[in-house]
Amino acid sequence: MSEPTHHEHVVVSPKVYAVIFALLLIFTATTVGASYLELGVFNAVVALAIAVIKAVLVVLFFMHVKYSSKLTKLTVAAGVFTFVVLITMTLTDYMSRAWGLW
Amino acid sequence: MDSQAIATHPEHAHTEEHPPYLRHHFVTVEQQRETASFGMWLFLLTEIMFFGGMFAAYLIYRNWYYPAFVAGSHQLSIVLGATNTGVLICSSFTMAMGVYSAEMRRRGALVVWLLLTIVLGGIFLGIKADEYHEKWEKHHVPGLNFSVSDFVKQNPAYPDDKPLPLDMAEKAQVYFSLYFAMTGMHALHMVIGISILLVLVVRAWGGAYTEGHMTTIENFGLYWHFVDIVWIFLFPLLYLISRHQ
Repeated sequence: MSEPTHHEHVVVSPKVYAVIFALLLIFTATTVGASYLELGVFNAVVALAIAVIKAVLVVLFFMHVKYSSKLTKLTVAAGVFTFVVLITMTLTDYMSRAWGLW
Repeated sequence: MDSQAIATHPEHAHTEEHPPYLRHHFVTVEQQRETASFGMWLFLLTEIMFFGGMFAAYLIYRNWYYPAFVAGSHQLSIVLGATNTGVLICSSFTMAMGVYSAEMRRRGALVVWLLLTIVLGGIFLGIKADEYHEKWEKHHVPGLNFSVSDFVKQNPAYPDDKPLPLDMAEKAQVYFSLYFAMTGMHALHMVIGISILLVLVVRAWGGAYTEGHMTTIENFGLYWHFVDIVWIFLFPLLYLISRHQ
């Protein structure tokens, strides 16, 4: 019988949590501040980019994915990939047809 | 069933590698924990796709009816939205500290962090309820009492916003439909989360999660952080459209 894959259980220190917590609040202030700048179409890009950074911090550190097994990391990556497929394929479907306003 | 196994097979009594919470269809505690976590992540992936559908709808309609989305977004309070974002980030921190307390087998600390998470979740919902009430009073609820009057005239808080022509002003209903659908579904997830937290607090007080088996707390933490991430995206998309005026 083969051994199940081994993965050391890591206890994440509260110091890490505190740093990530502070970063999340700073990024929230940043995204609010950036929304008041005149950046044209890049306002949406900047807002989404900051949201993605915040989400990555939560996933890696609060949800422990940085300290998790390869199985967990692969599962999260598969989820992100499927979500990207949902968005891009839906958009290409709409944009390549004469429906709506494209 | 368990006592029968031990009576006939004494070597099967609980040991260091075989604690009481190790189920018999798992070889090791590590495998059991990993499997439970994997299962929770699979559920969260389905949730990502579930919210993803609404995000896709939002993307398309925002592109088609951008002026209506700007006008709709300008009706929301950026102060309340940013405050709620801060409240949820705090609740994710308290939840992470709860997981740490369970790992360190500190029963009292775990109960405190779980209670703080509940309180912060409650504050979020209270602010949300206040916002929904304001939408009702201002006739911005599609299908119930929606009125275009706020959108065909000048918004005093945004002098650079032009009043919309009637057909585009009607499209503000699309913005508010998505606002209520997405924040409403998010709020439902918060209510479910808080309900589960209430059960967990009672069980944590009884010591259920500070004897080495904190998988439930870990996996509930995953759910709670996910709900936080959904709001991290909802806030800029709904509240921060074209505020540079």
